[in-house]
Parts: sequence; C-alpha cells; structure tokens
Amino acid sequence: MLRDITIGQHFPGNSILHRCDPRLKLVGTIAYIVVLFVAANPVGIALSIALLALLYSVAKIPFKMILKSLKPIVPVIIFTAVLNLFFLTGETPLFQWWIFTIYPEGVRYAILMAVRVMALIAGTSLLTYTTSPIVLTDAIENLLRPLGKLHFPVHELAMMMTIALRFIPTLIDETEKIMNAQKARGAMLDTGSFVQRVKALVPILIPLFLSAFRRADELAMAMECRCYHGGEGRTRLKVLKFGREDVLCAAALTVLLGIIVCTRFLFA
Amino acid sequence: MSEIIKVEHLSYVYNPGMPDATAALDDVSFSIEEGDFVGVMGSTGSGKSTLISHFNGLNKPTSGAIYVDGRNMWAQGENLRDFRFLVGLVMQYPEYQLFEETCARDIAYGPKNMGLDDAEVARRVREAAQFVGLSDELLEKSPFELSGGQKRRVAIAGVMAMHPRVLVLDEPAAGLDPEGRDTILSQIQEYHRVTGITVVLVSHSMEDIARYANRVLVLSKAKIAMYDTVEQVFARAPELLELGLSVPQVTQIFLRLKEMGLDIATDVYTIPYAVKTIRKALQGKGAV
Amino acid sequence: MKDTMIDVQDVKFRYDPEQPGYAVDGVSMQVRRGEFVAVLGANGCGKSTLAKHFNAILLPEKGTVLVEDMDTRTEDHLYDIRQKVGMVFQNPDNQIVATIVEEDVAFALENLGVPAPEIRERIDESMKLAGIYEQKDKAPHKLSGGQKQRVAIAGVIAMRPDCLVLDEATAMLDPRGRRQVMKTIRQLREAGISIVAITHYMEEAAQADRVLVMSRGRIVMEGTPEQVFSQTERLHSYHLDVPQAAELRDELVKAGIPMPQNVITPEACAEALYALLAQ
Repeated sequence: MLRDITIGQHFPGNSILHRCDPRLKLVGTIAYIVVLFVAANPVGIALSIALLALLYSVAKIPFKMILKSLKPIVPVIIFTAVLNLFFLTGETPLFQWWIFTIYPEGVRYAILMAVRVMALIAGTSLLTYTTSPIVLTDAIENLLRPLGKLHFPVHELAMMMTIALRFIPTLIDETEKIMNAQKARGAMLDTGSFVQRVKALVPILIPLFLSAFRRADELAMAMECRCYHGGEGRTRLKVLKFGREDVLCAAALTVLLGIIVCTRFLFA
Repeated sequence: MSEIIKVEHLSYVYNPGMPDATAALDDVSFSIEEGDFVGVMGSTGSGKSTLISHFNGLNKPTSGAIYVDGRNMWAQGENLRDFRFLVGLVMQYPEYQLFEETCARDIAYGPKNMGLDDAEVARRVREAAQFVGLSDELLEKSPFELSGGQKRRVAIAGVMAMHPRVLVLDEPAAGLDPEGRDTILSQIQEYHRVTGITVVLVSHSMEDIARYANRVLVLSKAKIAMYDTVEQVFARAPELLELGLSVPQVTQIFLRLKEMGLDIATDVYTIPYAVKTIRKALQGKGAV
Repeated sequence: MKDTMIDVQDVKFRYDPEQPGYAVDGVSMQVRRGEFVAVLGANGCGKSTLAKHFNAILLPEKGTVLVEDMDTRTEDHLYDIRQKVGMVFQNPDNQIVATIVEEDVAFALENLGVPAPEIRERIDESMKLAGIYEQKDKAPHKLSGGQKQRVAIAGVIAMRPDCLVLDEATAMLDPRGRRQVMKTIRQLREAGISIVAITHYMEEAAQADRVLVMSRGRIVMEGTPEQVFSQTERLHSYHLDVPQAAELRDELVKAGIPMPQNVITPEACAEALYALLAQ
C-alpha cells in the first residue's frame, strides 16, 4: 500500500540528539561520512560503528530501526561486495574456479566496503530519525545562506522542499483515490504485459497531474493572499539557536571523530 | 423481491496489528432488496465510505462476507472484476477521475474494459449520456472544457454505461450549487425509475435523502444505528440529532413545536406533509 | 475611522479581453465596518470573480475598488490591502503551506517581517480565536476538513485584517465542519471583523446582516435575509433555493393558512406556528 511509505522517517523523542541544533547534526553527519572514507582501516571502521551505536542508544532509537533503514539497500551492499570480491587482485589466490579468482585482499575489502556502506546509511538515518523534515529544511536553508550572495536561490529551494513535504501525503492519498475510481471502472492495474500495464497508468497519471497543477495554482493564490513575496525581509517563527548544549556536543563530536581519523596513521 | 446485496458480520480494521488499529466497521449485517433506493447517512468517520467500497471489492473484509446477487465476493474462484461491473461505484468528486480527450471516450472507458464490442459501447455511451442530459455536442468536447456540474455528470454516466445491477454514489451533489444539485439528483431518481436498478446514495444532506430514498441506513461509530423506511427513521429525529446528524429544517420546526408544548407529530420530513399536518392540527382545533 | 471598508464602484472584469462577455458586469457595492455580508448566486454568476477584487488578486478592467480609501490598482498599497482584507478559499488542502499547523499560521507574519516574539503572540491569539490551538503541533494532513479550514482562517486572521472574505469556504465540508467554521465566523464578528461570505448555502446566508444576490455578473437583489428570502419565486428564477423554513411559510400561505412575513429560520417558523396553533 502506498500509505505505508513514510517520508523523512522521523522518530520523535526528546533526547539530547533530538534537541541538538539541526545545523550541527547536518554538518556532523557529513563529517561522519568523510571520516568513514578517510579512516578506511578495520580499527577506524570499528570505532566508527561503536560511535554510531553510542549515538543510537543516546537517542533511544531501537536498533531494529537500523535494520529497517538498511533493508532497502541490501541489494546495493551485495552488489558492491561481490564486485570488490572478484575484481581486487592480490598475490596468492584464496580460491580459483573457471575465470573467477578470489584473493584474501578482495575478501577483506569486500567486508570493509559493505560495513562502511551500512554505517553510512545508518548514520544518515540517525539524522532523519532525530530531526523533523521541516527543521532539516530550515538547517539547509540556513547553512546555504552564504550562497545567496552569489544569487543562488537558497530561499526558493527551501520553500520548494517545504511545499513538497507538505503535499506528498496529500498526493499519495489522491493517487489512491484515483486508482480506486479507475479500478471501479474495471481498470486492470496489476495484470497483463508490460505494455498493457504502462497503458493502464494513463488513466491514473493524467488526473493526478491535472490535480497537482490545480493545487499548485490555488496554493500560489493563497500564498499571494498572505503577502508572500519571496525570501526578502522574511522573518521566522522559529529561529535556530546554537546554545551551550550544542557547543558541548560539537566539541565532543570533534574529539571523537578526530580520534577515529588518527587510526588512519596508526594502523594503516 | 430478492436480495441484491447481503452483508454478513462484516468487520474492517484499518492498520490491523498496529498500535493505531481502528475498526471502521464492526460486525455489520444487513441486506438490500433489488430495486430499492437506499440512503446512507452517518457523520464523517462513521464508516460510510468504508462500507460502500466493500460493495465492489475495493476493500477486503477483515472478517465476514459480502454477497452480491447471491455470489460470495471473496469466495475461491470468484473474479473480483465481475463484482466491479455488478456494482457500479461513483466516488466523491468523481470529475477528478476524467482523463480522456472527449467525454464520449471517457464514458466508454468502463464498457470497453468489460470487453464489449464497439457498437454496443457506442450505444451505451449514448444511452448513459441521455440519462444525465449531455448533448451530442458536449459528448465530443474535452471534459476539461466543461463546467463542474457537467463534468460530474460525465463521470456518473461513465459508471451508468457499465449497466451495473447496483449504482452506488458517494455524495454525488457535494459542492454543487442548488440547481446543479437538483439536476443531478433528479436525473439519478429518473434513472432509478426507468431502469429499476438498485441505487445506494450516500449523503450528508437529510433533505436530499428524505426526498429521494425509500429506505435509510444510518451508521454510527462503525455500527448500524438504524435501517428502516424513511418515515420510520425520521420519526426518530431526536435520536438522529443525538448521533450528531442533522435533520431537515421542517423536522426541526416540528421538534421545536413539540418542545414548546404542542401535541404534534414529529415524523414530518417533507414540505407537503408538513402543510398537511398543520392543516390537520388547525382543523382539530376548530372542532374543539 | 471610516465606516466603509470596501467600496466597489461600477466594476467590470473579464478573463479574456477578446471575449465580449464580462464575468463581473458593472457591480457597485460596499462592505461596512463590522458587517456580515453574504453573496449568493449560482455557479458561474461571477461571485468568486468579484471576491478576488477585494484584495487585489484581480484588478478591475473598468471602475475602481477602494479598500479603506486605497485603490487596489496602486501597487504601493498591495501588501497593506492584502493585510486589511484576508481571503479563505474553498479547498482547505490547497491553502496550507507548512507541514505543522503553527508554522502555517505564522506564514503570513513571516512574510510581513514581523519579529519572532510578536509572531508567537499573534499566532497563539489567532489559533485560539479559530479554535484550533490544541492542534498547533499537528501535521495538517492529519486534521479533519473543518479543522483544516480553521487553520486557514487562523493563518489569515493572524494578519489582523479588518475584513475576512470566505470564498465558498464551507462548500467542501461535512455538516459538522460547516458548523465549526460558522461558529468561528460568529466569533470573528464579535471581535469586530467584517465578513464577506460567498456561498450557496442558504442557511448560512440567513445568518448574515445583508444578502446580495448575483446573476450573470450583476447584483440583482439586495437586502436583509428576511427581505431576500421572502421572494421565493424570484430566487428560483436565479437558480437559487430558499431555506426550507421560508419554503414552508410560502406553501402554508398558498394553502390559505395565515403566516407572518419574513420567516426564514426554523426558530421563527416554529414561533409563528406556535402562535397560530396554541391560541
């Protein structure tokens, strides 16, 4: 069912990670990803995972949520692992059959790569679990603000993201309604050949697009009525504040990530 | 007469097994006689829409069974699509489901899906268009050039053209002006009179149900609160008000008179009957 | 303060200047401070087009629209006018911008550059007035139609307008949602805000101070609800109904039963019948 798709996957709570300034969380997540690639040694990766586990338990997010976020990318992980397994060459083969040769380096790298991708996904999921999409949008707008001086449409981009987030549930509902209406007229959406199925989508997509355009039109008028005129001179109800707690978090994160980076030079 | 739809111990739960599981229908049993005009009412969230989407298999019962024309819809070996053609469903704001280049082609979409030949499809399109008062000229226009009320009529014709045994309409007059409302509802009434097809009309407007239906099904909190003739249901007006439903203004007037201490009937739901009742009351007074 | 809020003088407007027909064809009318005006008319009579002139969404082709003496064609006053005259539309889903109720209510004030502490104060006030304060942290798509429409109203009255225009704002709501919105409107009136309600629900129009009836781009009837709704035949000729109470009064008179004039609400009708039957 379409209804099952959740956007942003926010997991509300009141831990220090939830309360943290979203800008810090966003920058922290990017730093974490960089560290995962810089500290590409077993000890570094192990420490990275330990840090992630710590953060998940601080945020009181059940570990099964990690599995949930990893599920959709299992094929990607397997694909990269297999690729690394067969294409990395070393000195003494571990296993040989027909044209396939596996070296111990390949096995090591495949495992490392798979674990790294999993840590990356789990790390970014932690960001969306602890931060509501709207707050995240605010953070992105705020961090990109300097680009506005270069005439990059920062406000417009953020506004578009907000409106998209607002209308996704509405349009999902609408899609379901239109599908039901056409099914009631005998449409066959899930049987037949590929061409037939694509053809069966026309009676759903046309009404959906028309409705989206009509909604956009009406929304634009309603926004005009409420004096919308772009980002210039706009204030915000919720102003992002970088508080004491955020400073402490930033310091702690810097130190921990720094230690992980150091493993690169100690164990490589 | 025979039962065209029979619902037995029907329950439907949204999000079963989840913490937010809610029963939209709870052990509902009733049947609809062939040829009836049934009005369905109930406040939003009472289960009305869930119930009617069970009639043609858009929802699968959590438990219980539905029979259409004696056939068990969810039995082994039954094809759901047969039921979609037996029970025609017009959803709320059906004009938003139009997609074809011309009205005629949009009306033909359902009959074509039934696998009918071109001549039969063309015949049915003309016939359905006549029921909803669409001229040949309008049939060749794009549905998107029409007014809101006309579009709605094209959508209804699209379901009528499938020749269902039961026509189910969810708020067919919502959002229309008084004239558009009267036009659509009297066309449905005429269709019912001419074809003898069973009609199920979901409406928030008590005035409309009082005017067109002969039986009324009242849903409240996922259960059937009343299912009886229109007269019997409106005679229980105070209960309807308690269920959070409104009653026609004429009924309100008579309830008010009763409250003020007059000894007067309160099962009044149409204007002619109201005039008759008042006349009788006046004559009764004259005799004393 | 001036008594006239909105002054419409001989306004003509057409969507397509190539076409001869006008959507609004020579309308003059006023909205006075604190007044509740209902504009009735069949679909396509030009009532929504007229309403969009009240806050400069549309500009007249001929004639003028003055909002507190500001001409809607003067661009300098655009945001003043939109702040004075708020507008709520038919589909509640298509006028909510943000993903959280209170953020949406704050939208207009953010646009106007109001400082954050004042935004907080004003949105709390308007959410309480519209009766949706308890829902302030919810996502709009989790609300009922009546609640969503009150979120839209709160977002407009946060601008502290002098006039609120409702363009068929109850057309898509169920009876309960309609009652909630009408209750909110009564509260806004008590707070001194003028209301212009474009509608085709006669029961709603019966609550107004003044009713205007439009047909083919012109105003064809005007008066108190009692005056307008006692002319059943004439309203039918404009494809409109009267409230059932007024219809019953008419039918009783036709049947030779004496009934007073100006009966348009169930309460008044019951009073009149009681007087008749309990003598």
